[in-house]
Amino acid sequence: MLLNHRLLALALLLSGTALSAQTAPPAPAAAPAAQEQGDELVVDVEGGISAPLGIAIPAMPTVAVASTPAGRTDELGRQLAQIVTSDLRNSGLFKPTSQLKDVAFGEVTAPTFDYWASASASALVQGFVRANGDGTLTVGCYLYDVFSRAELARQGFVVPPSDWRRAGHKCADMVYAKLTGEGPYFDSRVVYVSETGPKGKRIKRLAIMDQDGANHRFLTNGQSIVLTPRFAPNQQTIVYMSYVGDKPAIYVYDIGSGKQRLLVNNPNLTFAPRASPDGKWVLFSMAVAGNTDLYRVSMSGGSPQRLTESPGIDTGGSYSPDGSRIVFESDRSGGQQLYTMNADGSNQQRISFGGGRYATPVWSPRGDLIAYTRISGNFRIGIMSPAGGNEKLLTDEWQDEGPSWSPNGRVLTFYRQGRGGSGKADLWSVDLTGVNERRIATPLDGSDPGWGPLRP
Amino acid sequence: MARLTTTILLGTALLATAACSKKRPEVLPPAPGGEVGSGTGQAGDGFAPGSRGDFERSVTSNTINFALDSYDIDARARSILDTQAQWLARYPNVPITLEGHADERGTREYNLALGDRRANATKNYLAGRGINPARISTISYGKERPVALGSDESSWAQNRRAVTIVLN
Repeated sequence: MLLNHRLLALALLLSGTALSAQTAPPAPAAAPAAQEQGDELVVDVEGGISAPLGIAIPAMPTVAVASTPAGRTDELGRQLAQIVTSDLRNSGLFKPTSQLKDVAFGEVTAPTFDYWASASASALVQGFVRANGDGTLTVGCYLYDVFSRAELARQGFVVPPSDWRRAGHKCADMVYAKLTGEGPYFDSRVVYVSETGPKGKRIKRLAIMDQDGANHRFLTNGQSIVLTPRFAPNQQTIVYMSYVGDKPAIYVYDIGSGKQRLLVNNPNLTFAPRASPDGKWVLFSMAVAGNTDLYRVSMSGGSPQRLTESPGIDTGGSYSPDGSRIVFESDRSGGQQLYTMNADGSNQQRISFGGGRYATPVWSPRGDLIAYTRISGNFRIGIMSPAGGNEKLLTDEWQDEGPSWSPNGRVLTFYRQGRGGSGKADLWSVDLTGVNERRIATPLDGSDPGWGPLRP
Repeated sequence: MARLTTTILLGTALLATAACSKKRPEVLPPAPGGEVGSGTGQAGDGFAPGSRGDFERSVTSNTINFALDSYDIDARARSILDTQAQWLARYPNVPITLEGHADERGTREYNLALGDRRANATKNYLAGRGINPARISTISYGKERPVALGSDESSWAQNRRAVTIVLN
């Protein structure tokens, strides 16, 4: 379950191999007549002006019903379709139809387009589930343009039964990427801080889950405060802060072994850890005699290198996707504002100039935006260009804080702190339009989400 | 963390006990062996001299407060810290921890740094009053441990604080 979650994503040519025996007619040839450039089935991801795209995702039939450790293949087919449906709906860009019908196995590659057109579906996702002799599962995933009757994409995924949900996310990612032109993001995980207990003494546990909340797992037991976890690019390492032993410091946690180690062994407060895009470094903050600066240290530990030397609080650093630049916050001007610099600390430039304060900057994995917390009355999640300017606020509640990017740079997760004595906090997500704001369900309260990279 | 909180609660319990015992000191017989700290002239109230209970009974407060996003030690804080410095001078071997805290209306990481600033400003003031800084450790809790649970100015003012914890 832990280490060898290798998803074997095969670009199977299913018509030639896996399905050849059972499927009657091959997929109809893509109808070239209707496919002029301007008529292509695409989803508008920018404006949020156009309505979500109608899409049908019927239950995936199975070749032959078989029992697997994950359940019966016919039941898995139903649940996989639900995973794809939920992912696409939550993106805000698709409107899955409820007018579904059973799809026979042979129909997977020969859709009844007339029916789906009558069900308000412009796009159709079909698939199948098969239990393989070696204990793995194969999930086939096909995307069709209903009106042109054309197949747009197909992929097959071979997974161990424990990873069956990932096949659904991979299928949804294929559909999303093909129809939006954006990068995929559904097959990813979130690490965060699970919270419970009274406001004055919250119990905080490190927890990890799939992007959609499934496969939730606690990683620490709550005896020590834990804060601000972030994934390293290897998917297996989490950097975070813990108060274990009443010595608040940064720890490196290995998901596979459950072991952790202290990153910087010195008496100063170390916090705000972020892995570099190549996974070799950890950017962090260290407070020395009341003055906080940014440092970096090798992921394996050793001596930190100091990057900033301002008399003030420099924290919240985040690398650009190519690792050459860093965005951070500093109160050197009198209040928290955003700055960028080269990865070695040179060329420091202020990029935020609006009223109020700016905090917790995070560089988009696409490189084109900085997300942040804007403090001016309410705490709001906003975005701006890395050079400054083009500011847009995406949320407006009493206290939204700590954005973290989806792997494709189109969605942000953050936490929303409740007002008053309960101390309640929840995880939320919002997309770049600011329209599609959703709460992410967690078993207890949640804060400090860190969205991990797309899984291989 | 759990241990620290337990000891804080224990200190509170001792204070409560002290408050009760103060009402009837005359009828109590002298505590056997309770004369160790008589040199301070403050024995007999149930606290071992140099203990946390003794500290908290002797000083104006174990807590000082700060203005919004500030770590300045103002006049009221100075007068409180002066009473702490007097007590600390009397027990030169007692180590202390200074906790720095912030209110909830700041971002988490900034508040960790701000709490550290407040703890260190307090440490520097006590050092300036002659207390050996080697006796003083600091810890920042940022906004993680509020004492007042409301989301209002009064609660936030109480939560912007530095607390002196005697480690005896």
